[in-house]
Amino acid sequence: MKILVCISHVPDTTSKINFVESDTKFDVQGVQFVINPNDEFGLTRAMWLKENQGALVDVINVGLQTSESTLRKALAIGADRAIRINAEPTDGYFVAKQIAEFVKENPYDLIIAGRESIDYNGAMVPGLIAGFLDIDYVTNCTKLDIENGKVILDREIDGGKETLSGSLPLIIGGQKGLVEENDLRIPNMRGIMQARQKPLDTLEPFNFSPNTSTLKFHKPEPKQAVKLIDADNLDELINLLQNEAKVL
Amino acid sequence: MAVITYIESSNGKIKKSGFELASYASELAKQMNSSAIAVTINCSNIKEIGKYGIEKVLKINNDLLNEFNAKLYSDVIVQASNNFDCNRIVLSSSSDSKYLAPLVAAKLEASYLNNVISLPSNLNPLTVKRTAFTNKAFSDCCSSSAKIIIGLSNNSFGLVENSVSVIEEDFKVNLVNSNLSVKSTEKSSGKVSIADADIVVSAGRGMKGPENWNLIEDLANTLGAATACSKPVSDMGWRPHSEHVGQTGKPVATNLYIAIGISGAIQHLAGINSSKIKVVINNDPEAPFFKAADYGIVGDAFEVVPKLNEKLKEFKLQNS
Repeated sequence: MKILVCISHVPDTTSKINFVESDTKFDVQGVQFVINPNDEFGLTRAMWLKENQGALVDVINVGLQTSESTLRKALAIGADRAIRINAEPTDGYFVAKQIAEFVKENPYDLIIAGRESIDYNGAMVPGLIAGFLDIDYVTNCTKLDIENGKVILDREIDGGKETLSGSLPLIIGGQKGLVEENDLRIPNMRGIMQARQKPLDTLEPFNFSPNTSTLKFHKPEPKQAVKLIDADNLDELINLLQNEAKVL
Repeated sequence: MAVITYIESSNGKIKKSGFELASYASELAKQMNSSAIAVTINCSNIKEIGKYGIEKVLKINNDLLNEFNAKLYSDVIVQASNNFDCNRIVLSSSSDSKYLAPLVAAKLEASYLNNVISLPSNLNPLTVKRTAFTNKAFSDCCSSSAKIIIGLSNNSFGLVENSVSVIEEDFKVNLVNSNLSVKSTEKSSGKVSIADADIVVSAGRGMKGPENWNLIEDLANTLGAATACSKPVSDMGWRPHSEHVGQTGKPVATNLYIAIGISGAIQHLAGINSSKIKVVINNDPEAPFFKAADYGIVGDAFEVVPKLNEKLKEFKLQNS
C-alpha cells in the first residue's frame, strides 16, 4: 500500500497572531512552526498502518524552503520520503492543484490530509484533490481501518458520528480521533538521525494560479473588560443575560 | 447570474441554520440585482423559506438521497447550479456542507471562500470578510473567478425576514451510485448538537471528574443547551471527543457560551471566540478566560452551578 500524507506547515497553536506589511502578511517573527495538528493525527495513523500492515508512506508539502524543517520532522516520525513543491502556498486551490498534479503522475492508494489547516482554515485541500482526481473522499475522519482493500471509517457529524465503508483509492480529511493525542510521536534521536539520510525531493510547481487572494488581515477588536458578578447574586447575572445581552 | 443556496434539512424539516442561509442568499441576490434559488433535498416544509426572501425553491426527491452522501449531494448542487446558470453558491458551515463544498468547487472550477461572516463589501472582484487563524483574526479575501462558493459561518449573519410567495419546482437529477456507503449513524438523541445550539454549556477540568457532569447536564437541560468540554476533559476520556471544542476540536459560534471550570487556554478560546456572549464560572480569579469573557463569576462551580440552575428554572417558569 502506498500512502501520501499532505503536510501543512503552520504556526504552533499557542502562537501570537500578528501581521506586517500594512496587515497584508502574517508576522513570522518569533513564531514556531509545526506540522498542522490535523495532519499530524493522519501521519501518526499512517505510521500505524505502515508498522502493522506494511505501507510506504510519503509526505508532501507545498511551500518554500522554510517548511523543510517540518518535513524533516515528518521523516523523523517515520515517513519514508518527503516531497516539497517549491512554491508559496497562496491558497487552498493552488495547493490542491499542485498535489493533484503530482498524484496524477505518482498514484497512491490512500491520501491523507487534515480536515483543515489551523492557520487559514480553508478546509478544502483534500476535498478539492478528490474532486480534481475523482477519488472517493471522507472528511472529519475520526477512525480509519483497512482490511483487504476494504476501508471502514468514522466521520464526525453534527451531534454524533457515522460509520462508512468504502474502498481504495481514497482521500481522507483527518482530525483528532484518528489516533489519540497521547499516541502522537515525538521524534527520537534515532528517528532524527535516520531522517537525515531519507530523500527530501524538491519539485518545481505546476503551472497554476491561485483563484483567491487575501487583501488584508484584521485582529479582533479589543474586548471590553469582563463584568464580574458576585456568586451570591445570580439574579443579577440572569438579569444581565436577559436585558443587556439579550440572550435568554 | 443568479444566486443558489443549498438549504439543509433533517428528517424532512429545514434546519435552523437554513433560514439564516436563505436570508444571506436573498440579501446577496438583492445586492447583485439578481434573484436567489434554494435547493432542497427530500424536504417537506418548503414554504417557510419564502419568509426569508427566496422566491424559487427546487424540490429534489430521490431515494438515493435519503442518507447524506457528499458526492451525490454535490452532484445535485452542481446540476442545479448549471441548469439555472448560477455563479454564486451559498453554503452553510455544517459538517455536511463543509464536506461537499470543495467537491462542488472542483466540478464547477469555482473558488471557495469559507468561514465568511458578512455580505460582500465589493462585488467585483467579490470581496468578503472571513475568519482566519481559528478565530484569532479576520481577513478580507477576494476572488475574480466566474463562479464563487461562499461558505457562511454559522450564526454570523442572522435572520432577515422578507416574506415572498414561493414558487416550488420539481427538479430531476441524474445520479450515479457512490462507492461509499453509510453503515450506521450514532446520534445523541433528544440532545441539541453543538452546531445547532443557541446556548452551549461547556465544562473543564475544574469539574474534577466525569461523575460530576450531571450538574452540567442539568444546567444544559434547563437552558435547552448543548453540552461541550475542554480538550483535557476529552483527552482523559471524561467526555466523548464529539464534545471537545477548541482549536483542534469543534468550533462554536453560539449566542451564549457558558464556560465552567475551564481556565481558557489560547487554543480553547480560539475555538469559541465567535460566540456572541461568554460567561465564565471559575474559582481562580486569575484564569485567563476572564479576559475573554463578557460576564464572570469567581466562585466554586459545585456551589454556583446548582444555584444558577435553580434560579434559571424559576426564570423559565415565569417567562414561559
